[in-house]
Formats: sequence, structure tokens, C-alpha cells
Amino acid sequence: MPRIPLTWLAEHVELPADLSAEQLAADLVRVGLEEEAIHPAAVTGPLVVGQVVELTPEPQKNGKTINWCRVDVGPDHNEPGGAPRGIVCGAHNFAVGDRVVVALPGAVLPGPFAIASRKTYGHVSDGMICSARELGLGDDHAGIIVLSTLGLDAPVGTDARELLGLGDEVLEINVTPDRGYCFSMRGVAREYGLSTGAAFTDRGLPTGDERPAGGGFAVEIDDAAPIDGVPGADRFVAQIVRGVRADEPSPSWMQRRLQQAGMRPISLAVDVTNYVMLDLGQPLHAYDLAQLAEPIVVRRAMPGEKIRTLDDVERTLDPEDLLITDSPDGARGSRPIGLAAVMGGGDSEVSGATTDLLIEAAHFEPITVARTARRHKLPSEAAKRFERGVDPQLPPVAVARAVALLVEHGGGVAGELTDVDRRVPVPPFDLALDLPARLVGVPYTADEVRETLVSIGCDVSDAAPGTVRVQAPPWRPDLLVGVDLVEEVARLRGYDAIPSIVPPAPPGAGLTSGQRTRRSVARALADSGLVEVLSYPFVGTEQLDVLRLPADDDRRRAVRLVNPLSDEQPFLRTNLLVTLLDTARRNVSRGASDVAIFELGLVTRPVADAPAAPQLPGGVRPSDEQLAAIDAAVPPQPRRVAGVLAGQREPAGWWGPGRRADHTDAIAAARVVAEVVGVELHAQADADHAPWHPGRCARLTTADGTLVGHAGELHPTVVSGHGLPARAVAFELDLDVLLAAASPDPVTAVPVSTFPVAKEDIALVVDASVPAADVLDAVRVGAASSAAGDVVEEVRLFDVYTGSQVGEDRRSLAFSLRLRADDRTLTAQEAADVRDAVVAEAHRRFGATLRA
Amino acid sequence: MSDDTALSPLDAPGIESAVEDALKALAAATDLDALKTARLEHVGERSPIALANRAIGGLAPADKATAGKLLGQAKGRLARALAERQTQLEAERDERVLVEESVDVTLPTDRHPRGARHPLETLSERVADIFVSMGWEIAEGPELEAEWFNFDALNFGVDHPARQMQDTFFVDSPGLVLRTHTSPVQARTLLERDLPVYIACPGKVFRTDELDATHTPVFHQVEGLAVDKGLTMAHLKGTLDHFAQAIFGPEARTRLRPSFFPFTEPSAEMDLWFPQKKGGAGWIEWGGCGMVNPNVLRACGVDPDVYSGFAFGMGIERTLMLRHGIADMHDMVEGDIRFSAQFGTEI
Repeated sequence: MPRIPLTWLAEHVELPADLSAEQLAADLVRVGLEEEAIHPAAVTGPLVVGQVVELTPEPQKNGKTINWCRVDVGPDHNEPGGAPRGIVCGAHNFAVGDRVVVALPGAVLPGPFAIASRKTYGHVSDGMICSARELGLGDDHAGIIVLSTLGLDAPVGTDARELLGLGDEVLEINVTPDRGYCFSMRGVAREYGLSTGAAFTDRGLPTGDERPAGGGFAVEIDDAAPIDGVPGADRFVAQIVRGVRADEPSPSWMQRRLQQAGMRPISLAVDVTNYVMLDLGQPLHAYDLAQLAEPIVVRRAMPGEKIRTLDDVERTLDPEDLLITDSPDGARGSRPIGLAAVMGGGDSEVSGATTDLLIEAAHFEPITVARTARRHKLPSEAAKRFERGVDPQLPPVAVARAVALLVEHGGGVAGELTDVDRRVPVPPFDLALDLPARLVGVPYTADEVRETLVSIGCDVSDAAPGTVRVQAPPWRPDLLVGVDLVEEVARLRGYDAIPSIVPPAPPGAGLTSGQRTRRSVARALADSGLVEVLSYPFVGTEQLDVLRLPADDDRRRAVRLVNPLSDEQPFLRTNLLVTLLDTARRNVSRGASDVAIFELGLVTRPVADAPAAPQLPGGVRPSDEQLAAIDAAVPPQPRRVAGVLAGQREPAGWWGPGRRADHTDAIAAARVVAEVVGVELHAQADADHAPWHPGRCARLTTADGTLVGHAGELHPTVVSGHGLPARAVAFELDLDVLLAAASPDPVTAVPVSTFPVAKEDIALVVDASVPAADVLDAVRVGAASSAAGDVVEEVRLFDVYTGSQVGEDRRSLAFSLRLRADDRTLTAQEAADVRDAVVAEAHRRFGATLRA
Repeated sequence: MSDDTALSPLDAPGIESAVEDALKALAAATDLDALKTARLEHVGERSPIALANRAIGGLAPADKATAGKLLGQAKGRLARALAERQTQLEAERDERVLVEESVDVTLPTDRHPRGARHPLETLSERVADIFVSMGWEIAEGPELEAEWFNFDALNFGVDHPARQMQDTFFVDSPGLVLRTHTSPVQARTLLERDLPVYIACPGKVFRTDELDATHTPVFHQVEGLAVDKGLTMAHLKGTLDHFAQAIFGPEARTRLRPSFFPFTEPSAEMDLWFPQKKGGAGWIEWGGCGMVNPNVLRACGVDPDVYSGFAFGMGIERTLMLRHGIADMHDMVEGDIRFSAQFGTEI
């Protein structure tokens, strides 16, 4: 993002003499330019111009020769009494009489490197004569800076920080995509002027002197395949400069400014184009004229066409890429010399042999540039600006500026100018003068609205009553409709002026029952001792393998990310346990001996052969059919709840031993969830469902048999594969299925009977293979069918017994029944009837006998 | 039946003396066992008073009344004294038992440790409650979302730099992305519900940032949307101020500054006045907001000439970090139970 050296900004707008970067940031943020960073001055403390008055070479034992110098740093800095300072210097590229840069004790150079008086080579060195690298001005460390070689001169004692631009603070700002013009000093200065009222001078306006006089380098714009009907370029300005020392270094002040702005100085030709771009916002390119053959043709690439760009990479082009080409051997447009607005080609690069230049400034269409930059992964400075929109009146101004700088600093003569101008006027649009007030809630007057629009460069004229016709300035391609201007009015009149009013919303219905139930589920699990965690939904094949999912398991059909953060985890999870188990592992690896965690979240279950989502434009409501097509393409994403329990479920303590979590805890947790939702779960053994233990897994369904999920002990290799304590257990349920199964109707209350309770305990002996749930069901059904009517209040299985008393492969299941009628006291006979009916039903179903 | 030492039922001084002896003995009993012994001796069937009472039957009829009265009074006094002493000693015994039963109440009692909610979830719920209390409703949508809802409906042009501004996870089914914000829920809601609409959308969003102290590729947002007749930025500001105060306390303030989002115009960044800011109280960035762009309204079938709306969004992670002094994003996303456990079940 752009870096703004304050002294450079001051060339476009009046800045207070004592303006700090912090204050500048505060002034700019008001109008929407946010501070990204403040880069402090490179050097603090005394850094002054000195003149070498004595120089004594002193050979040292180590073979080096140092120079013991006396340097006059002016009356304010010389020794008391006025004697020049003594300084030891290891460099040899200077002589008595040279003006140099001296860092005095107290100065801090980039590093940070604090300068102090120190004893060295038998002298007290009272400062340091600086090289360019020591001052952060470049890589040059061959010798110290001799000011005359930089074309600089200043009296002894002058503050060298100011002279070299080393005292400047630099503000780095963040520019939003609608403000491309703020990628320049010109644009930022304009905004500063708008924010503070400071006088702004627009150096980007054409002066009228930029008109071609004929004979310029031939340029043709020939776009056979405009995107959305807009040609890739609508302006191309080029000017010849002859006899320039193009490959020499640029002046030190320009280098310094480029560095402050975050760019590396390269050569005069390159630096000038960059400098003018940073200054005005117009990207430019310098070609070696000798390498070009007329005419330049701006055209789309041909399929399979290649270009070797400046970075020495050969790139295969796409027919959408816009090229700058020239015409060697008369073959019109046959040779690509640049990828428009993105990067130049190697063939026409400026080199040490270059004497004549062609300076280009064009106006390229944003979408073309954005796509090319993205396609070739070349986010250049030029592309950054064109993508956001560049002022199309700038090219001739920028070219004139660049040519003038080249002539001034590189010698040479300005030559012929070409201006291919295909601009289409941008139509004006109307604004209702009361729209800003209606949308912002501040009663702006019509005059305030007009004044604001004029201040940002709009042409404003009267239109229908209450409206104005607005022609946006060319540097504001983002201003297209009325609301765009509303923002301008609001921001320049100040967002601080907006009052604070809570809008009265119509009465709402509160949370949906699903939303409330989900909260209750999470709360119930937390209350029962589980800790809620969140995990990323990204998984890899290896994780699914550890879960022992068969090759054809549905849960292996996952959506794949095109750009995953890790190539090991390219899929979206199809179940929660896969990531929750990793979270359990992490906790155990961090020293947790007992883990009880749960997660609520979405999983993605792609449907085979789902249709692709249609591509539809914005700004238009799709038809109902189109919306249905979009929804059909979005895979189902059911909401799940899953839990893992490993280690002790109840801790050991002074009260005695603890209790390890077992399959019942997983099933119980699942039942808690279902109870909160208001659904009864039915369990049956499932011997074939990874990642569970084949003998300890319950398949859980609703009354009508719809699958809700599974719970039980995990398979031993899944447990060991995750490094969990032995016999870890888990559950995973589909909350959406549960919610759908819950009755939408309120509970109908049953009156509470106050008649006495009768209790019956019944122990039934059945084959050990008969599931307890089936026997329990028989007990319920049998009890309800007795002559006493439905008097069962509660049935509990309270004991399971196996052993010699009941015989081999048999077991006794003992039930306690609480019986109560709502209209009478049950008789002993009625209780006995219930008992008999229970035994009869169990006998009928399973051959059960009453335990003796 | 009588012996030489038997007390005569007419011996008033003797009876009085026997009563005195009995009262002394009852009073001298220091526990319930001693009282029982004293009772048997002085009030029981073989006690002098009982024996004397039995002897009344052998008296002359003229003496029977006198003796009956004497002994009746004596028995009454003894019965009262006995009951009183009995109650007293029982109370003393009960008190002693309670003392003897005392336990160390400072022993650990965590046989069934409670679990905890994840604070991002409880904070999201709290945020939802604030909006529900204002009459708003809570809307939700898919996380793997159609590009049209995530971008096009929200006025992100195909080539708009903003579409690159957010680093989007794309998937192998064309036209789908992991949503980069919860705004697609706003578009879905506008298409589904009747106007006016006042909704908040909390949820998970995804961007291709590597996890570090301040970034996470999976995070949570809450966005708000109101579309009604006559809504202005002042209503936006009022809603944000109310929300900030509900979350951060009555001192909380917000500040709007101009910014850019494709889906709002005018757009603003929202700063929160944060007294606990490192290095001194100041403004910190909290979220983005603005007036719903007419193109978004049109895409959702709403006439922007009749209705206006505002929208805002902020990160739940950031809000949690600010509110609870959390320095590092890792703690919020790694699922360490020690992190969640600090927060319990409310926030």
C-alpha cells in the first residue's frame, strides 16, 4: 500500500511546517484513508555536513591503513574552542577538502546503530563519516559519501538529515479498491486538502502543451476481442527522447524518494517512470527506441503465443491478455514487447547501450488488466493502479513530466509525441439533492450537497427540479450512481455528524425452536460434564483411514478444496468425529488424562452427480427457477453433534475409586441430546459401523426407524491410532434429523394422580442373546395389556444376573414397576394381573420364565 | 406384700421425703441411662411411692381419700420432673450426636465435574440475544455456499478487486465457495422473507489465512441487516452503539470512518472506544458497515427506491479477544479443554 513521505506530499498540497505523520494519518482517516503504518525517520540525532581539513593515513599492524581525520562540522558542532573533530575512518575514497556526512555522538543510524565517542586505533574517534549503506541509502559500502559526487553541496554544519531526506517520517496508508487515484501523491494530497481545507495544486491536469505535432512513433490500438464490449486500451501516448544517459543512476533526491516510497532505485530511465507513477498515479514504461520497429500495435494475444517478460520468464499467453507489440521486418504487431499494464518484455528493455527512449503512458481497461495480472500471478505496481482505475487524462501529462525529468537529469532532447486517443465520454448522471439526507440521516442542504460535489471535482449542473446532473471527474471512475455521491457528501461533511438513533424494529418471534433447542443440547452436554470445543472442518484421506472407513463408505465422498491450506487436508469433513478425535488427541498429547468433549457443527455431504451452480449476474433478482438451481447445487450440510469420552468419566478421590468412561456413557450422552430435543431414541446393536467397536456400538434411530446416529465404544485401533486412553467412547448424532422428528406441538399435560402407588418387581429369565431393550418393550406392552388397564407409571430395569442359578446362556433381567391408577387405589389382584400379563407377554415373545 | 420399711400411704412427711429423694436422684442423672436407673428406683413399680400407692387399697375407707390425694400429688410432681429431665437429657444427647457427626467440609467434592461451553458459541448466543431483545430475528445459512450468494448478489463483480481482497477457499464443484462472510445469509433472507427485515446472522466463515496469533482460516462473524422504509445511517449508528454498550458496557462508544465494501454505499469502518487498549485508551477497529448497496437490494428483489437498509458485521473472535483479554488466536481454535473450561456455560 502507498507510502507517503511528508516532504513529497508537500509538493502537491500545503502542509503545516510542524505536521507529524501521526497528525497526517488522523487527517486522512477522516476521509477514508486508513493508516497502515508510520515509518519513522531513518536517522535521528545530529547528522551534519562536514569538511575534511586534515587526513593522516596510519598503517596498522593488521595490514589495514586507517585515516585519522580532522573534520570541520561547523561552529555548533566542533570541539569547544572551535577545533575540528577528530574522526577515524577506514575508507579511502576521499581527500582533504571533500564535504562528507558526519554522524556525531548521539546520532542513531538505521540498525539501530547508536554513535558515540570511542577509543580506537590509538585515537578518540568523535563521530563517524558515513557510507550510503550505513545511512540506509543503498547498498554502496565501497566508500563514504562524498557529497559532490551526488551533485550535492551545502555549508559545513548543515543538517544532513534534511539534505538527504533521512529525517522524513513516512506514512503508509491503506487504499480501498474504489480509490485508485490515492495510489499517488496527487490523489492523497487532494484528499488531505478536502479533509483540512489546505490549498491543493493539481499537477495532473493537462496544460494544453501536450499536443502532438506529428511525426511521432506510429501506434495502433487494434483490439479485436474487447471484454464486455470495452476495448482493452482507449489511450496510448508515447514520446521519443534522444541522447539520454538512460542507464545512469538517477539523482540522489529521486532515489531517496523512491526508497521512502518502498521502491528500489535502478537506473535513470526506470526511476523516472516509477517516480512519475508514484507522483501522479500514471504507470509509464520506457522502451529502448533502437530495439523497436514501427508500428506499435496494441492487440489481444493469439492462442499459444509466448512472451519473455522482464523477469526473464517465458509466459504462455491467453487470448484475453492484452499485448503491446511492435512490427520487426514489417510484420505488423508480430512481436510482443509487453504484457499491457502488467510487465514489459525483455527484448526492448533499457540497457547500458540505450541512448534513445520511447516513453509510454497508456490507459488500459481495468478488467483486462485484473485478469491478466491474476492469470500470470503478476501483481505489478502498474496493474494495481489500472485495476482500480487510472485517470485517462493523465497519459500526456505524465509523459511530458517524465520526458522533462529525463532531459533534466540525463541530458538529451525531447522528440516527437504520439497520442492515440479513443476515449469515449463518460455520461453524466442525476442526483436527487435530498438523497444524501434521506440515506444518511443528516439534513444536508442542497447547497451543501452541491459544494461538496464541486470540491471533489464534479461538474454539477441543474437538472429536473430537486435534482442535479453530475459529471464525475476523470480520476473518479467509482462515481457512477447517486448513492456513490451520497458517500462523498457523508464522508466530506464528516461521519461524526451522523446522529445515533435505534430503529424501532417490528415485534419479532424470538429464537426459532430449533435455535433454542440447539442451545439446550449444548448446555445439557456441558452440564453433564462435557466440554465444548471447535475444530477446523479440513480433513485428509489419512484421517479417514485411521477411522477405518471402508473404501465405499459414504463418508469418503467429500468436497475437495481447490486451494487447501495444507495438501494433506484437502477435504471438507463429512462427519464431526474425524476432527473431534484429533482434538481429543491434542488434549491427551498436552497431558490431559481424561477427556470429555463435544462439538456442534455442520458437515458437508455432497450428493453424487449434483448439478453445477449456475453463474448468474449480480444486480438482478434471479428467477425462482434459477434460485432453485443454485440451491440444488449447494450440497446438504446437516448439523451434527458429536462427543468423545476417554479416561475417567468420574474421577477417583478420597471417596474411593473413579469410573472409566464406557459405552454406556456415550449412549447416555446421545440419549440426553435426544431427550432435550424431545425424541425417544431406539438402540440396536450395529456390528459394522466404523469407527466403533463391532460388539459395542449402538445404532440409534427414531421410533419410525430413521437413523439418527451411533454411539458406543470406539474400535481399539481407532483408539490407539489417536493415542487415546484405552476403551475411549464416542457418539455422533444428526441434530437436523432429531429436530425434524420432534413434535411441533406443545406437550399435553397428564393430570398427576394422587392415589397410592403399587410396586411390583419382576425378574425374567431369557436367552442371553435377547437384547434388554426388547425385553423392556415386552414388559411395557404386557403391563399395558393387563386387566387393570394402563396403570404403569414407570418401568426400570434394575438388575442383570447371569450365573448358575439361571442356567447357561441365560440371564435374568429384573424390572421394577410402579403402578398407579388415576381414579382408584389398585387392588392386590390388579397388581398381580399386571405381573401375570408381563410374564405372559415375555414368555410369548422370548420364552421367558419368572425367576424362581 | 408390704415389708417393714414400707412407706405408709398416710405418712405425709415420709412421702415428702421420698419425693425429695426421687427429685434429687432425677436431677442427678447426667445422661439418659442414669435417668433410667433413677426412674426405676424412684418412680418405677418397686419405688417407695408406687408401693405406698398400692397400699392405699388396704386402708380404712376414711383414710383412702387423704392418702390418695397425698400420693396423687407426689406422683404428679415426679412425673413432671421426670418428663422435664428426660426432654432435657434427650436434647443434650441430640446435640452431642450432631457434634460427633461433624465432617471436614473442606474435602474436595468434585465427583462430577461440570463441563463448559466454548466461549465463541456462548458469545454468539449472547450477541443473538441482544438483537432478539430489539425485536430482530436470527437467520442462518450454509457454510459451503453458492458463489452467487457469496459474491454476485452482494455486488462483487467477477473482476472486482474486492473479490480478490478476501482470500476465498474454492472447491472442486464450480460455482461454490466456503463463504467468506455471513452476508450470503442476508441475501437469502431478503429473498425468502417479507419486508421489513431485521435480522442478525452469526456463523462460521472461512478465508485462506494461515493460523497465527491474530489470524485463523476459520472464524466467526455476526452480521446484522435491516431493510425497511426510511432507514438511514443514523439508525445504523444507533444500532451499533446499542450493541457495543450491551457487549462492552455503558461506557462503550463507536466511531464510523469512511471505507469501501462492494455491498454497502456509503460504507464505513466501525471503531470501538477501548479503555483497556494497550498503551492507553483509544479507538480500535471492530467491524465494517454501511447502507445496503441498491444493487444488492435489486439482486434480492427489493426496490431500492422504496426501501433502504443498513448492514454491519464484526468478528466474534475479535470481540472475544477484546472483551476477555485473549492475546493469541491459537487458544480459541485448538480445542484445548482448559481454554473453554475457564468460561463455564455463560459469558
